[in-house]
Amino acid sequence: MNFTFTKNARITFAVLMLIGVIAGVYGFMTDDTAHHNRFWANLLINGFFYFAISLGALFFLALQYATEASYMVVLKRVMEGISQYIYVGGAVLILVFLAGTLHWHHIYHWMDPEVYDPTSEHYDKIIAGKAAYLNQPFFWIRTIVYLGVWMFFARLFRKRSLLEDQQGGTKIHFKNMGMAAIFLVFFAVTSSTASWDWIMSIDTHWFSTLFGWYVFSGMWVSFMIVLVLLTIWLKGKGHLPQVNQSHIHDAGKWMFAISFLWTYLWFSQFMLIWYSNIPEEVTYYITRIEEFKWLFFGVFFTNFLFPMVILMSRDAKRQIGYLITVGVIIFIGHWLDVYLMIVPGSVGHLHFGFMEIGMFLGFLGLFLYTVFNAFSKAPLVVENHPFLEESEHLHI
Amino acid sequence: MANDKVLYATFDDDTILLNDAKSLVSKGVYIRDVFSPFPIHGIDPVIGIKQTRLAICAFIYGLIGLTLALAGMYYFMIVDWPMNIGGKPNDFFYQNIPAFVPITFEFTVLLAAHGMALTFFIRNWTLPGIKARNPYPYTTDDKFVMEIHPADSQMSEEEVKELLDQTGTIKVEAR
Repeated sequence: MNFTFTKNARITFAVLMLIGVIAGVYGFMTDDTAHHNRFWANLLINGFFYFAISLGALFFLALQYATEASYMVVLKRVMEGISQYIYVGGAVLILVFLAGTLHWHHIYHWMDPEVYDPTSEHYDKIIAGKAAYLNQPFFWIRTIVYLGVWMFFARLFRKRSLLEDQQGGTKIHFKNMGMAAIFLVFFAVTSSTASWDWIMSIDTHWFSTLFGWYVFSGMWVSFMIVLVLLTIWLKGKGHLPQVNQSHIHDAGKWMFAISFLWTYLWFSQFMLIWYSNIPEEVTYYITRIEEFKWLFFGVFFTNFLFPMVILMSRDAKRQIGYLITVGVIIFIGHWLDVYLMIVPGSVGHLHFGFMEIGMFLGFLGLFLYTVFNAFSKAPLVVENHPFLEESEHLHI
Repeated sequence: MANDKVLYATFDDDTILLNDAKSLVSKGVYIRDVFSPFPIHGIDPVIGIKQTRLAICAFIYGLIGLTLALAGMYYFMIVDWPMNIGGKPNDFFYQNIPAFVPITFEFTVLLAAHGMALTFFIRNWTLPGIKARNPYPYTTDDKFVMEIHPADSQMSEEEVKELLDQTGTIKVEAR
C-alpha cells in the first residue's frame, strides 16, 4: 500500500521546523558566548545526531544485505526512508565545518592557524604535534570522502531497491551483497575516523581509542529506536500489513541489545581513564563531572537502566506501550549524550534553554519531513525480494 | 487399566507433523509431547506447551550473582583488608565502585549462565550419565515422533489410531 504524506503531517513538521528556526535566530541573537559558540554547538549537535541516525540506517541496511538476513525485509523500505535523510544531514554538517574554517565559531580550537605557529603566543605544542593529521586541507578531504562515499551508497541501495521492485530475480540481491560488504569495510574505518575528526577533535588535547566505537554504538541505538517508533506508528496507520509482532519484537531486541553495547563502551572508556588517572586523559571527564555532573551520570543511568529493567522480558518487547515509552526516553537520552560530547569542549558550561529544546524540535521536524517524503516516493513494502516470503512468515 | 498404552506416531517431515498436530488437536486428541531433532516453529501453542520459565530463573540467578559479587567485594576490599591499588580511594564502598563493576558483571553472567544450563539439564533430566528418555534414537537424527496417551483425551487406543491413520504418519506404534 502506498504511503501518502498527509497535509496534517506536513503542517505539523513545518511548525516544528518553524520553532527550530525561531529558536535558532533567537538563540543566535541572545547568545553571549564567544563567537556564538553556543549556537554553532547546537547546530553541530542536531546536525550530527540526526545525520547519525540516517547513517545508522545505512549501516544496518548494509548489514542486512551482507548477511543475507531475511527477517527484516518487510521493514526494508522504512530503513531506506530513514537513510535518505543523509543528504540533508550531511549538508548541515558541511555548514558547521565551513563556518569553522571561516572562523565564525571556535568549536574546533585546532582550526585556528596560530596554535601551529611557534612564534605566536597561542602556540600549542600538543596540537602542533598533531598537525600531520589535524590540518584543514586533510580534514576537508576526509570529510568530503566520508560524506561522498556514504551518500553514494545510500543512493545506490535506494536505486537498486526500487529497480528490484520492477525486475525481481536474484541478480540485484547478489550485487547488493557484494556492495554491502565493501561498504561495511569502508564504514568500519570511516565511522571511527569521522568521529575523531568531527567530535573528538573538539577536545583537541584529549584522545581515546574507543571513542569511535562509542559514537558508533550511540548512532546505532538511536537508529534502532527510530526504526521501532516509526514501524509502530506506520503499522498503527495500517501501512505495513505484513509486519507482525515478531518483527517488532526483533527490532525491540536490537534496541535492548545495542543499549547494552553503548553502556559497555561508555563505561569501558570511563573506567579505564578513571583507573589509570593520567592527567592528559582525565581532563575530558573532569570538565564533564565538574560542570555537568547530574546530567552526565543521569544520561548514563537513564540510557542503561530504562531499557534494561523495562525491556528485559519477552512480553515487554511485544507490548508497543513499553517500546514507545522506553524508546522516547532513551531517544532524548542519546540526544543528551551527543550534547555531552560536544558542549563541554565548545561552550564549557551548562546552558540549557529555549534554544536547545527549540532546535532539537526543529531538526526533528526536518528529519521527519525528509523521511516521510522518502516514504511517500515508493511502496512501503518491497514487492520483489528473494526473502520477502520468508520474512512475511517470521515467527519467534 | 485398558488405556495404559502409549502411542508413538513417527513422521519424517516437520511441516506435515505440525499440520497434522493441528488437525488432531482440533479433533480432541491430547498430544503429550513431540520429539524432534530441532525446534519446530509454532508447535508449542498447538500442543499446549506453556511459555518457558527459564528466563525467570536466569534473572534470579543473575540477581544472586550480582548480590554475592558486591557483598564479597565489600567485605574483601573495604571491611576486611582495604588495599591501596593505584591510589584509588578505599574508605567507602561507593568511592571504589567503578573498579568493582567488571567483576560484578562477570560474576552475574557466570551465575546466570551456569545456573540456567544446570536448571535446563535438571528439569529435562538430561544430566551427563542419565539415560535418554526419548522413545527412539532416530528422533535425534531425521525423524519426528508424537507421543499420545489415549487416556488423556478420554479415547480408546483404537479411536486414536483411526485418527492417526488419516494423517501423514509413516508408522504408529503402541507400547
